[in-house]
Amino acid sequence: MIGLQIGWGTTLAIKTLIVLGFVPLSALILGYTFLLKMMSHMQSRLGPMDPGGFHGWYQLIGDGLKFMQKEDIMPAEADRRVFALAPAVVVLSTFLVFVVIPAGPRLVVEPLDVGVFYALAVSSLSVIGVLMAGWASSNKFALMGALRAAAQLIAYELPLVLAVVGVVMQAGTMSLQGIVFHQQSGSLFGWSGIGQPFILTQFVGFALFMVAAQAELTQPPFDMPVAESELVAGYMVEYTGFRFLFFFIGEFGTAFAFSALAATLFLGGWSVPWVHGVAADWLGPLVLFAKVMFVAFLMFWARFTYPRLREDQLQALAWKWLIPIALVNILATGVLKVAFR
Amino acid sequence: MKREIKGMFTGLGVTFKTMMKPTVTVQYPHEREDPPTRARGVIALKEENCTVCMLCARQCPDWCIYIEGHKEQRPPRREGGKPRNVSVLDRFDIDYALCMYCGICVEVCPFDALFWSPEFEYSEQRIANLLHDKDRLGEWMATVPEPEPLEEGAVKGKK
Amino acid sequence: MTTGTELPPPNLPGGVGQLPEVHLDPQMLRQLAEAQVNVELDTGDMILNLGPQHPATHGTLRLVVRLDGERVIAADPVIGYMHRGYEKLTEYRTYPQITTLINRIDWLSSFANEVPFIAGAEMLMGIEAPPRAQYIRTILTELSRIATFLLFLGEMGLQVGAITPAFYGFRDREYVLNLIEAVTGGRFHPNFNRIGGLKDDLPWGWNSDTRTTMRKVLESCDEFENLVVGNPIFEQRTRSIGIIPADLGAAYGVSGSNIRASGVDWDLRRDGNPHLPYNEIEWKVWTHPDGDSFARYWVRLQETRESARMVLQLIDQMPSGPIMSKVPRIIKVPEGEVWVNTENPLGEMGYYIVSKGATGPFRVKIRSASFSNVSILPWMLRGVYVPDIITILASLYFILGDIDR
Repeated sequence: MIGLQIGWGTTLAIKTLIVLGFVPLSALILGYTFLLKMMSHMQSRLGPMDPGGFHGWYQLIGDGLKFMQKEDIMPAEADRRVFALAPAVVVLSTFLVFVVIPAGPRLVVEPLDVGVFYALAVSSLSVIGVLMAGWASSNKFALMGALRAAAQLIAYELPLVLAVVGVVMQAGTMSLQGIVFHQQSGSLFGWSGIGQPFILTQFVGFALFMVAAQAELTQPPFDMPVAESELVAGYMVEYTGFRFLFFFIGEFGTAFAFSALAATLFLGGWSVPWVHGVAADWLGPLVLFAKVMFVAFLMFWARFTYPRLREDQLQALAWKWLIPIALVNILATGVLKVAFR
Repeated sequence: MKREIKGMFTGLGVTFKTMMKPTVTVQYPHEREDPPTRARGVIALKEENCTVCMLCARQCPDWCIYIEGHKEQRPPRREGGKPRNVSVLDRFDIDYALCMYCGICVEVCPFDALFWSPEFEYSEQRIANLLHDKDRLGEWMATVPEPEPLEEGAVKGKK
Repeated sequence: MTTGTELPPPNLPGGVGQLPEVHLDPQMLRQLAEAQVNVELDTGDMILNLGPQHPATHGTLRLVVRLDGERVIAADPVIGYMHRGYEKLTEYRTYPQITTLINRIDWLSSFANEVPFIAGAEMLMGIEAPPRAQYIRTILTELSRIATFLLFLGEMGLQVGAITPAFYGFRDREYVLNLIEAVTGGRFHPNFNRIGGLKDDLPWGWNSDTRTTMRKVLESCDEFENLVVGNPIFEQRTRSIGIIPADLGAAYGVSGSNIRASGVDWDLRRDGNPHLPYNEIEWKVWTHPDGDSFARYWVRLQETRESARMVLQLIDQMPSGPIMSKVPRIIKVPEGEVWVNTENPLGEMGYYIVSKGATGPFRVKIRSASFSNVSILPWMLRGVYVPDIITILASLYFILGDIDR
């Protein structure tokens, strides 16, 4: 990766540490900026101001420490092993998605050739974790939340994947680095000033991806599984302390992961068209971070504004609207790609 | 269909506009919003006016005022007169753990010995300390504001 | 300042009043009617206890529902967790003391609870409050209505899933509460009515403050309209959910905005004996033909605007004069019985006062609006989905203190 002679084991250890360390950090940054500060200002209030002195930046870290020292409570009738494993499964999928996301031409933990396929496949592992959590809680509300979640997450996998197919067709590769290079070196009607970010040609795909990602993260308007005013916390209701922290990290880490995927697939990822080579290695992470923040802003903006759809309305939206639109998008992309060869 | 799509975006516009406007939060320990003059914060006692008539204690819906007094003989006002009987206040406690801040005691007092004050920062860590005795109630008198002028159209007189 | 919106076209798949086919076992219905909560558990059904502590039930309402998957087969509300014994308390208190207590029946619009009681006592005594006092009473009642409806507009959005409107509701309500505090000294529990008038007059500058605040209220109603009412997701969640047919609602005693949202043009401020000068200002009763949850939200939004406009007119027309008529120092209400009802924000609230000539009443019977509004729940919750239960509960807008007293 870097031009040093490091053994295979050490590389693996470093990469593991990077991923393990980055996921909670990403959850922290997203949580603070959007959940604590942006949501507060959208609601005419300030959010945390005291912890850490400067606009409460320490709040989430303090919350994390607080959660870690809480008592480990399990419902008496819960299935102990499944109850303990469920948060781990949910967070596992988050960690695995971060493996393929590139932050620079050489800054990626593992540049897989089937990066897109791998990322989408691995992100759907969390469904199992949600079902495990709901079932093992031995709580009717949790069970209802888990069943709703299973139906919803499976239904919205299809629009998510189909939305990305258009991008893959246009780029000709499933490797995320390949897609970024294609956007960087592409051109719009002969002008290569901003490359060819796929959001311009695949705007339908982008919209579909955002909606489906919102549903995959069970965020309003798709948060039936975690309907706060009905099931209180849905499948997470019996989880306290450190296990709840896992779910929280999983939720916001996955939000970061999906935003990073959207930024990479549609906005050009780490690339700025006129910067190449070593400079891109230094500039790349910052550019990616900025784009991720923008996409996350859109996601959270919708989250705080819209009421939630009922389960059957949700399913109708996925099966009757999003999937046909995605299929039409793929058809159009294919036709146009052949026509403008 | 067009109305629905427009509806989705007007909602986003409202939250975005609110995000750009300043917030309405008053950060309490560092900043304070002063309550209006008539706010019912705490009751203050002017001891020299009290004649131990017990009306306030009787009218309180929660029976949270505890009064004890005794009668004393005072010298006559003029030479050759009878000695006067005067009621002296021994104990006047208001239990703010029970008080529901209705104001009946303040209203009913015929001698204007009780007053409202907008002070509200007297939380205690032990409930027993919420029983304010005579001296503490006298201290609150310093915070009683002047009555405000009334709106136009109001007629002064019997309230 | 807007004058209201045009009515969006009703969008009722299947039409008004058509419920899905649900087969009810007569045996089970009989058990539910006898308020037996321990119904035999068949296979395939689940009994869900939306227990006394639940974010959606506005207090300690317990709703025992029997579910088939996500559909409700039968629902049984269990109330009484907040019973405070008001009617017994009134037997041992004098009229001023009772006025402070009944503030707390419907705690969000406390001033409106006092008005019928004091009006009843005044009727028994044969005195009338001076005109200025009546105007101020009307203004404060309408301010309470605005305060509680702003909260409703916010929290119904919250129950349906949008977290932001709740904060707007509370923020805008603060302005109105500040007004009430400036006059009465208490934000929530004004305790301002006295037999014969009011306790105090308005402070200096209150009129102009109120005018500014009412304009803010109208602006925030526009905000709610853009954020919630115009939102197609909200419409999808609330249209044709929880339809109350007009005659059935009237039979159950549903009152207030709930019945006006089913098309019944009935408002006690205009049609009853309001004891307050409502006929001296220009105002309109808002109805909606649909009778679903959307209609109830829409009607309350329009009523908030209407109340703001009413307050502006009342301030302009307010007469000058005393605010208390001549009453003896110790008030003994003469013997007699009287029934007084008014249009409270939650619906129709009434007091039946029996007096035997003492300083306190002999017996007071309180007819609260939410008690009757909630009685329609078992009928209305048949065949709906679980999320719709929440929407229906939110749209009926009851307060537990009002149900249980």
